[in-house]
Amino acid sequence: MVRATINGKVVEVEKGTTILDAANQVQVKIPTLCKHPDLISSAACGICIVKVKGSSKMLRACCTPLDNAMEIITHDPEIVSIRRTVLELILSKHPNDCLKCGRNNNCELQRLAADFGIREELFPKYLKDIPKDESTGSIVLEPPKCILCGRCVQVCQQMQDVWALSFLERGFDTRISPAGDIKLGDSPCVRCGQCSAHCPTGAIFEQDDTARVWEALQKPGNYCVVQIAPAVRVSIGEAFGFKPGENFTRRLYALLRRLGFAAVFDTNFGADVTIIEEASEFVERFKNPSPERPLPLITTCCPSWVDFMEKFHHDMIPHFSSCKSPHQILGVLSKTYYASKYNLDPARIVMVSIMPCTAKKYEITRTDEMFASGFQDIDIVLTTRELARMIKQAGVDFPALPDEDPDHILGDYTGAGVIFGATGGVMEAALRTACFYITGQKLDRLEFSETRGLKGVKESSIEIAGNRVGIAVAHGLSNVEYVLNQVREAVKAGRPVPYHFVEVMACPGGCVGGGGQPYGVTDERRSKMSRGLYEDDLNQPIRSSHENPQVQQLYREFLGEPRSEKSESLLHVHYKARPQYRK
Amino acid sequence: MDKKYILVKDTRRAGSNQTEHFAGLLAAKIQASPAAEAVQVVRAADIGFYDQGLVLKFLPGGPVYLNVSEADLDRVVRETVVGGRVLEDLAAAGTARQLRVVLRNCGVINPENLEEYIRRDGYRALSRALFEYTPDKVIEEFKKSGLRGRGGAGYPTWLKWHLTRSVPGAEKYVICNADEGDPGAYMDRSILEGDPHSVLEGMIIAGYAIGANHGYFYIRAEYPLAIERIGKAIEQARERGLLGTGILGSDFNFEVDIRLGAGAFVCGEETALIASIEGKRGTPRPRPPYPSVSGLWGKPTSINNVETFANVPVVMTRGGDWFAGIGTEKSKGTKVFAVTGKVKNSGLVEVPMGVTLRQIVFDIGGGVRSGKKIKAVQTGGPSGGVIPEDRLDTPVDYENLQKLGSIMGSGGMIVMDEDDCMVDIAKFYLGFCVEESCGKCAPCRIGTYQLLKILERISEGEGRSEDLDRLRLIAQAMQKASLCGLGQTASNPVLSTLNYFETEYREHIQAKRCRSFKCRDLLTYSIIQSKCKRCRQCFLNCPVQAISGDREVGFYIQLDKCIKCGKCFEVCKFNAIARE
Repeated sequence: MVRATINGKVVEVEKGTTILDAANQVQVKIPTLCKHPDLISSAACGICIVKVKGSSKMLRACCTPLDNAMEIITHDPEIVSIRRTVLELILSKHPNDCLKCGRNNNCELQRLAADFGIREELFPKYLKDIPKDESTGSIVLEPPKCILCGRCVQVCQQMQDVWALSFLERGFDTRISPAGDIKLGDSPCVRCGQCSAHCPTGAIFEQDDTARVWEALQKPGNYCVVQIAPAVRVSIGEAFGFKPGENFTRRLYALLRRLGFAAVFDTNFGADVTIIEEASEFVERFKNPSPERPLPLITTCCPSWVDFMEKFHHDMIPHFSSCKSPHQILGVLSKTYYASKYNLDPARIVMVSIMPCTAKKYEITRTDEMFASGFQDIDIVLTTRELARMIKQAGVDFPALPDEDPDHILGDYTGAGVIFGATGGVMEAALRTACFYITGQKLDRLEFSETRGLKGVKESSIEIAGNRVGIAVAHGLSNVEYVLNQVREAVKAGRPVPYHFVEVMACPGGCVGGGGQPYGVTDERRSKMSRGLYEDDLNQPIRSSHENPQVQQLYREFLGEPRSEKSESLLHVHYKARPQYRK
Repeated sequence: MDKKYILVKDTRRAGSNQTEHFAGLLAAKIQASPAAEAVQVVRAADIGFYDQGLVLKFLPGGPVYLNVSEADLDRVVRETVVGGRVLEDLAAAGTARQLRVVLRNCGVINPENLEEYIRRDGYRALSRALFEYTPDKVIEEFKKSGLRGRGGAGYPTWLKWHLTRSVPGAEKYVICNADEGDPGAYMDRSILEGDPHSVLEGMIIAGYAIGANHGYFYIRAEYPLAIERIGKAIEQARERGLLGTGILGSDFNFEVDIRLGAGAFVCGEETALIASIEGKRGTPRPRPPYPSVSGLWGKPTSINNVETFANVPVVMTRGGDWFAGIGTEKSKGTKVFAVTGKVKNSGLVEVPMGVTLRQIVFDIGGGVRSGKKIKAVQTGGPSGGVIPEDRLDTPVDYENLQKLGSIMGSGGMIVMDEDDCMVDIAKFYLGFCVEESCGKCAPCRIGTYQLLKILERISEGEGRSEDLDRLRLIAQAMQKASLCGLGQTASNPVLSTLNYFETEYREHIQAKRCRSFKCRDLLTYSIIQSKCKRCRQCFLNCPVQAISGDREVGFYIQLDKCIKCGKCFEVCKFNAIARE
């Protein structure tokens, strides 16, 4: 423990605690800009400077550990004036076109400028006109708005191990860009959007597709169908002042009808179908692994992970579940099963997915298999952030809406479907069904707490009918390599593989921490949102996918057996290596 | 015994070069003397003195004679060459003030010959350290010596070693910072090129003291000869068992590698340097943790400057107490400066700490070349500041320079006379910092640029009354809120010129006048008709035909066409061009 004073107040903290965190304990909020709780301080902005008695230098509170007997002063006229000057300098290299910016009202720089009462531009502007990069179709890069806090670069390189973004040039000309100044779409970028979720300003944001949805909704003859992903229901409330984790599922259904959608479905249903297919795949491999279909089986619900694997870990392709992601499954079923049952022309159906994810925008045209029915499974993807804007544009008093139910026949879900939104959720849901498939009996336990929580890699083994099943759950792409290497090493050494089933989600925390979720994600919020999903699971009368009556009906009436020819052609895909240089 | 050399150079500006003639005469006279075998006469291309007639330099360590006449040569051979006595009437006054500790071997030995280094006590310090001292005792010796880092900040060397040594861990590193980047500074380069083994020996001793088995030379790629010679020195040392496993039969192992820097100034900052060696973008990171705790590859690392290492063998052979006897109370030993600018004798000088700036400029440097009044001395490069004429009697040490708003830095020293405009000087250094800012932290990245733009405006006559406050505001923010030393000190050239020469700034802003005639946009040229002889030289030499007229009516400058290049002013032999 170290003991020091901050603004005269004695504070005692553990060794290594930063001045910033220590100050919080005595109710002092030191302003910051580049700092993000997910990341190691890059110390780039210089806003959080504080004085320490006896030194003429000022220290950065965000990265300096409090030391014994330090006497810290966090605010005095000189400190405030310097912070202000630094802020004015940053603003002199920022377009300040707040009214036209996607982050208007939600920008960390704007907030700081408001706090400091900036009323004029003290220094002349020297801006460079660098064109927008919209090449990914998921994420837009607008370098002139960048304040070079370095969060996106750290996220992309350290948290996600993708290395698409880096700093280019030096000094005043420094900017963020893919190495070699290529387009982001040609770079290793996997569209996870974590950069956009961490960006303090409007320099990186999601490709806005709301206009396309408005247009589709009002076009005569269109039959607009919408689905919401698990993670969206526990995050959308944040845009309206509610706490993360609060569940808005049934108000979302009502809302989407008000917006004009003809049918409101739930991705959780798609998730239940995914489980049927994937659990069958797992059981098949578990009972009878072969070099073509080896163990472990690795999940593929996450399009960033699929992209990452095809680019950098394509040796693992045989391990990949061929199953499509839940929203793609729901899309293709809407345009086939649902359309034929309700006598709709699939060509007129416009499928919109509300996702916590920017990569889903890319996934919908990833390969020809995303058009398996002859029509595009999903036509438009909106992120949670875009939906929040649409709600506000539509003038709907969202929090006051009454609860409604989803539409049949692709709307009812089980507890297994909803936990897809949290890291470990796919694994847990699959285990519930796989256990049943293996033992033929209802399980005595439904919860697999070993898959839950925010630890980067969760390794465990469980017993199913006397068999040991090794599992690993990884989230945050930088955690993947460890898991894959465990498998590779075992195979190389001729040892049995350590895991039989592996779940990977690209974003830390899983989809609740997705790149399209409301800004300001932290581990605290991730766990609150996950908790919201696990509560929803608890509240469901049915908590295993294979028990979903609508899913059972689907198989009875349309697909036949899991992994039948029909489901193989509509719900499954193939992967190919697309190696790309990295680092 | 080492051979003695006499460098000969005719340094007269006017008249034909008589170097060869004098060298021949001197050689003949020596040939006829008893010292014939022991002394060799060498014609020098540059001897570090200018317009001082015939200059003779006796090496090693001997005096320098200026303005030697042919009639003096017999006396020189008899007294100095044979008798070893200094002729006071000929000796350059300044040389007496110099003390060569770091540069002890530079220019004396063949830097590519290990034997010559060994003959001058080379590697005795290493052997002494390995066999007579424990690592702690080595550090103790350096504590006694008071040696401080010569890279600029002046951190006690022993303390750096002690801290690195105290951190637990088997893997530690020593890095030699040879990323010399100040404009006009070439101290480190001269040491690396002239005496590579002394730096290498210093580094091995440092490795022994802190418990490191691996060292890196980080040398900028623009120093090819330094790189070549360090490379050779490493090879020779390895062959002789001075590097590698079981050095000199002890149980100490040490290996050295060279890493080249791509010339980024910021890579002289220790955390940026480490990032560069690791193959990352060369940007600083916050400290703590300091490199002594977590440096290269996350291991405890001691980074010392070239000149610091060159001091190490001397401290070991002659002892910490001896070293501490040189210099001032807090700054011990000597310091090498690269004296340049408007000084008569520019070049490297090595003086004990505590010598005054005036002594360096006038006694050693010979004063201002133009004969004009000295205005200021700039020290510390782009991180330093200007020291005005009335403060030149300050003894040079780390603390004093800092008090004056400058820093010791790595040892650049630029002499400025009345032709130097202080706004222009600040602009020059700021321009350098704008180029060399790594761009990581906002105060430095944007602050340097904004400062430069304001200075440019002032020098273009567009200065505004609030500009001085703005300069101070930005400069203060940069000092306090920049991440690394580069940013924290980048505003020093502005602050120090503003501090000592605010009148000049005000003249630029209010009167639109540059008293040094440096700021082109503020100048107006006109022809003084009463002095003009109508020789047409200005008319013929004007590059933009801004001068009109003929011999009948006289010549006139059309101000709207004039680009203020000053060509007419230069070519007029009758002082008929007025510049204001």
